[in-house]
Amino acid sequence: MNAIQILEKLKSKFPDAILDAKVEGVIEPYAKIKPELIKEVCQFMRDDEELNFDYLMCLSGMDYGKGVLGVVYNLNSIKHKHKFTLKVEVASDAPNVPSIESIWKTANWHEREAYDMFGIIFIDHPDLRRMLLPDDWEGHPLRKDYQVQEFYHGMKVPY
Amino acid sequence: MEAIITKKERDLKTEEMVVQMGPQHPSTHGVLRLEVTTEGEVVTDVKPIIGYLHRCFEKHCEQMTNYQQVIPYVDRMDYVAAMAMEWSYVLGMERMLGIQVPERVEYIRVIMAELQRIASHIIAIGTYGLDLGAFTPFLYLFRDRELILDIFERTCGARLLYNYFWIGGLSHDIPPEFVDKVREFVKQFKKTIVEVNNLLSYNEIFIKRTANVGILPADVAINYATSGPVLRGSGVKWDLRRDDPYSIYDRFDWEVQVGKGEMGTVGDCWDRYMVRCREMEQSLKIIEQAVEQIPPGDVQSAIPKRIRPNPGEIYVRTEAPRGELGFYIVSDGTNSPYRVKGRSSCFVNLSVLPEISRGYMIADLIAILGSIDIVLGEIDR
Repeated sequence: MNAIQILEKLKSKFPDAILDAKVEGVIEPYAKIKPELIKEVCQFMRDDEELNFDYLMCLSGMDYGKGVLGVVYNLNSIKHKHKFTLKVEVASDAPNVPSIESIWKTANWHEREAYDMFGIIFIDHPDLRRMLLPDDWEGHPLRKDYQVQEFYHGMKVPY
Repeated sequence: MEAIITKKERDLKTEEMVVQMGPQHPSTHGVLRLEVTTEGEVVTDVKPIIGYLHRCFEKHCEQMTNYQQVIPYVDRMDYVAAMAMEWSYVLGMERMLGIQVPERVEYIRVIMAELQRIASHIIAIGTYGLDLGAFTPFLYLFRDRELILDIFERTCGARLLYNYFWIGGLSHDIPPEFVDKVREFVKQFKKTIVEVNNLLSYNEIFIKRTANVGILPADVAINYATSGPVLRGSGVKWDLRRDDPYSIYDRFDWEVQVGKGEMGTVGDCWDRYMVRCREMEQSLKIIEQAVEQIPPGDVQSAIPKRIRPNPGEIYVRTEAPRGELGFYIVSDGTNSPYRVKGRSSCFVNLSVLPEISRGYMIADLIAILGSIDIVLGEIDR
């Protein structure tokens, strides 16, 4: 299926979940999904016979600036060899996104990393701890407004 | 699991114990810590703890003054397969900018990437042997890895971190003796593969240690989005060089290797190991064909003077030695990237470790971890 057909299929199944979409004239066709519905959409995309997105290539946290955070899901189907991108956007003062760990297990570590770097809270994640930074680190480094802490256990941090 | 714990042993339930393996431990191939929960000798749970080498490469990328400056940082992700790392990023930028690189560049890149794949698999196989107590194959393999590094050094001056692939071209053209040196290496390494197979692959002790250990079924492998030899070891015929084609791999005659469960079950450690061995043969095949066909030309003719892509984004992926290496690059129309996310193959492959090591002995855990073949530089980024 090409991106236009995938989007049509999504639209007919979830008429009010898609906030915005662009499938023509871009390198990566995408659909922007309502954050509270992302889990249902993902479940559908994996289980539907024609879509069969069984492979989550990548999950990236994003900071779009102006107090908007986001998550980008790059999906792929091993059987049909088609790709599609889903995006969600949340406000940075309440960055809650449902976890999709139960759909693709690989999302577990990716979500932990996005939490670590951007402070996005994944609801129902089984083990939401920091991934790469120490547990007692302050702040989320990849946010655009990140200010590094001055001392960490008595060691000066900015060099 | 059932085979190891007999009923009688289960009645004699021992106290649970948590063992810290690493962060400084030779078998973890870097600074990785495993929190292993054991019951006697049997592993009941593993928690990998990573981040000891974290340097926030993604933040560095955002601070660069142009896109070209990112390449040396990319080198330092998987430092034993730097060419493959560079290629993925460079390919993404070229697709974003709409650059068509010259034929000569494509051929040189394929040869370099395949040489790098062999060099990387040499480390994987050699150290895997070391982990399991076989020292000799390691020496034979590293002798030949030197030949590859010499070729790289002659070409671009560096042996480990090259900064060789540039956006739109290469930093240097190949030297005149390049083709002969590559031919020499191919001839030599064909003999080494036979030697390694005799010494290690079909060695009785080695098979006992790896066959039927750490079985990863295909559906679990896909759900965890593993890639590279780990996924192919589970019998899934999936290679991005064939399935998401890039560059000129379609011009060569080669085959995707998958695990078949010859010594035990499909998806065990031996299968993952053997996929790597057979991939080296395939890489030699590609190199042999490519090296005879290098067309003349200028390797720097397509390098853009100014790199400023239109606002947009791309997810690009290539088949690095350890699996799918992806870069999610977002441009906001300025001179430096707005966001670069590295989708590291080892990071994802390592996440499957707890799944496949439950129920095996502690000694098997070493075999399982080695068969995943991790490089911590890429995991921690």
